[in-house]
Parts: sequence; structure tokens; C-alpha cells
Amino acid sequence: MNLSDLLNHTSEWLRGTGPHADVVISSRIRLARNLDKFPFPHWGSAQQGEKALAMIREAISKVDYLKKTTFFKLTDLDSVDKQFLVERHLMSLEHAQKTNHKALVIDDDEIISIMINEEDHIRVQVMQSGFNLFESWNIINRIDDCLSVELSFAFSPDWGYLTACPTNTGTGMRGSVMLHLPALVMTRQIDRVLAAIAKLSFATRGLYGEGTQAAGNFFQISNQVALGHSEEDVIENINGIIRQIIEQENQAREVILSKNKKVLEDRINRSLGILKSAHIISSQETIELLSMVRLGNDLGMLKELDRRRINELFIITQPAHLQKIEKKKLTASERDVKRAEIIRDRLKIL
Amino acid sequence: MLCDVCSKNPATVHLTEIIDDQITELHLCEECARQKSAAMEQQFGLSSLLAGMAEAEKPAAKETESSGIKCPNCQLTYADFKRIGRLGCGECYSVFKRLLAPLLKRIHGSSQHFGKSPSKMARARVRKKLDLGELRDKLQRAIEMEAFEEAARIRDQIRELEKKAAQPNSENKEKNESK
Repeated sequence: MNLSDLLNHTSEWLRGTGPHADVVISSRIRLARNLDKFPFPHWGSAQQGEKALAMIREAISKVDYLKKTTFFKLTDLDSVDKQFLVERHLMSLEHAQKTNHKALVIDDDEIISIMINEEDHIRVQVMQSGFNLFESWNIINRIDDCLSVELSFAFSPDWGYLTACPTNTGTGMRGSVMLHLPALVMTRQIDRVLAAIAKLSFATRGLYGEGTQAAGNFFQISNQVALGHSEEDVIENINGIIRQIIEQENQAREVILSKNKKVLEDRINRSLGILKSAHIISSQETIELLSMVRLGNDLGMLKELDRRRINELFIITQPAHLQKIEKKKLTASERDVKRAEIIRDRLKIL
Repeated sequence: MLCDVCSKNPATVHLTEIIDDQITELHLCEECARQKSAAMEQQFGLSSLLAGMAEAEKPAAKETESSGIKCPNCQLTYADFKRIGRLGCGECYSVFKRLLAPLLKRIHGSSQHFGKSPSKMARARVRKKLDLGELRDKLQRAIEMEAFEEAARIRDQIRELEKKAAQPNSENKEKNESK
């Protein structure tokens, strides 16, 4: 597989299928693992970094679950490629910076990705569409079992898996769920909900994880604690919270439909109208309008659209995706024109 | 709209800052936004926060006692950890155990790992299939998640296993085969 092939491919997490796919975009689990006795990536020498990379690459090649994967050395990728992978949620922003001795392994379906020598030696991620954390856990758990046959991991019986940052020590696991909560935002209940989540030691982030602002009514909710609870308990805790949020979002949608249906229909159809006719559009505006269109589709108003097509538009209108499609660098204003053109084209047949 | 900082390029990044309930909006061009975010990273980076926590956690006596200690495996000192907020290797956790224990407790609310371990994984390696108990748990979860297709699949697996359990001979045969 080469990176441009991904342009014609819908990532598994964008398929818009799976349990509660109207409110939950995707579920993701990641595990942090380090090689025993090896200095962590930030602290090791160049030689040690290369050696760790070679050992991990070798181990991955022996795992049956990882047969259909492609290996990328980060130094071989240009800045657009790297941003493209970040936009597809296949790697972190941190991984795209200071690229020495780093690599990325992704599977053909874009469900599994493995960052090598990010903050930890190994960061495995499994991401699927819909509300599906246990399924993702089952996959990642098996991959981790297989890798631990090939590699000896830094582990202590008291403190679990030892990681570069003490916030991940223990299970090394973070489970996160990406939610689309337009009705809670519109009814101004979202702050109350997010405050409650924070009290329960869960973190809320934006579309692109650590350090990003919530945009277009998308919120990523994940566990903070890694020590003192089993992986299953942590996932069960996240699931409990997510179920409540889904319920509240659905209630809020009902309330708006029963009290302000005309206003909502107006807003949704105007959003679609702008997307179908704009000639210049920023990515921020695109996300906000697509959020409304997605809500309309969830509520059965825009039946001609399908969720997958809407989800895809969120991603292919991102800056690096536009530049991959055009096969050249574009300035911000050139991107705004291209973005509008692609959206019009994709929504034309409606 | 032009960038608030350089007033030269068009503003494409819109930033809302909240400091002491005071909301300021900044409209920046890409270049100025990049500089601004680098400055914020330096000011509020997670590593400095963590390092701050380590500072607050550590009684003075322990500090003098351990200030000279270096991890023999990777040469990181506790002062290095305080500076960068990252440990140097897995061995650091044993070297700085007394200092890290309260920090971990403060971050996670616990200092005992309850999750999976490589030794449990070793057992899982030998055992090829999930046992009945685990499958029933999985079924329960699938039903709670309303993942009915998944639930049906697990139910079939359980039936299969139950059938095998009713015929002890076949299981023995399988064990012999796996040897």
C-alpha cells in the first residue's frame, strides 16, 4: 500500500456503522509499551533508537494479526504526508515532529496503527466506528499478547507497564470515544455534561486529541487513570459514562424536535445549502455546517445523504487531504477554494 | 480579516483564551499561530506540570538523600526527571521507587497495578481458545452494547464449547493433538 491509495479508501472508523453510530463516531483504544532495559525514545542515543526500531519491526513482522500492514519510516515522509496521517487519526501530532528513528505501521483497513518510538517505544492503536470499545480491546489485547511473545516489555508487578510519562504507567491503556453532541451544545447543556465528566477523572478533547479545541460539536472522551484498575474495568467505566451521554444527547434531540422543529429544519437545510453552493469555505465553517447536516441525517431529515458520505467529507476537506488530492502544496486561501469545489462536487448528485 | 499580531497575512487561526474569566479572542495567520502555540507549549506543557507535581510531592529530606542518585541503566537523575517530566527507562522506576510512589498515587489515586501482565499473557499464549466464563462475560457485554450480531456469534461459540464439554473424549483428543 502507498499513502495515496488511502485517498480512495474510507477508514474503518468513518464508515458510520456500529452500535450508536448516530452519536458515536468512533471508539479507540491505545496501549503504550516499552522495551525492557532500553532507554525510552526521548532519552536514548541515535544508535539505541535505531536498534529499538529494528527489534520492534522484526517482532511486528512475526505477528499473524499484523500481516497485512505497511511500514513507513517517518524520515521518508514529507510534511503533507505526515499531516495527512494525523488527519486520518493514524498517528499523533507529536509523532510527526522530530522524526528521527520513528516509524508508523498501519493495516490495510486502517483499524490498527502502531507508532514506533513516539513518547514510548510502542504505541498500538485500534480504532473502529461506532460505540465499540470492547471489540477494539479484544483486537488490541491479542496483538499485545503476540508482541509480548516476541519482545520483553518493561513491566513491574506493582506498577504494571512502565512508560516514559508516569501518567500512563499501569495498564498503559487509554480508551477514547469520539462523540457528536450537537443537541447538547444547542440546548446549552454541554458545559454541565463536560464538567461532570471532568469530576470523574475523564478527559475531554477536540477532534484531534491532546491540545485541540472541540470543534463542530465533536468531543473525544477518554480515561485519565491507568493504575489501580484492570483494562476491562476502565473500559466498563468509560462505557457507563458514554451510555449516559448518548442518552442525554438523544433526549436533547427529542426536546429540540418537539419544541423547535421548524428552526432546526431551517438551520439544517441552510447548512446544506451553503455547503452545496459555497465557492470559498474554511475548514472551521465546513466542520460546523457538516455537523448540522449530519444531525439532519440522523434525524431522518436529509434521507438522500448517507452517514458515510458525510463522515468522509469531514476528513477529505482537511488541509493535507486537499493537497494530496491536488498533488501539490496549496496556500490557505487556495485550499478554501478547493475545499468548496470538492464539497459541491460530492453533494452535486443530490 | 488580517492577523492581529503581524497585520500582514490573512488570519486563518482563531484562538479563544480564557484567563481569570477574561475572554480574549485572537485572530492569527498560520505563521504567528505557530509561534504562539510553541510559546504556550513552553509555558503550560504537560512535562512542566508533571515536574511541578513531582516537586510538590517530594519531602526535602528525600530530595537530599536521592539527589545524587543516577539510574545505573540510563544515567537519568531525579533532577533530570523534574526538568523534563519523563523517566529515562523502565529501570528508573525501581531506582526512584520511593520518590515515584507518592507521585503515582497522586496521579492515579492508586499505586497498585490491577491490569494484565506479561505472565498472564504467557498463559494466554498456551491456551488457544477463550474459556466458557470469559465467553459468557463477552456475551453479556455484547448484549449490553446492543451489538446483537456479535452476541449471536459468541452465543454460537458458547454452544460449541458446551457441546464439546459434554463429550469429554473429544477434549482429551484435542489436548493430545496440541502436545
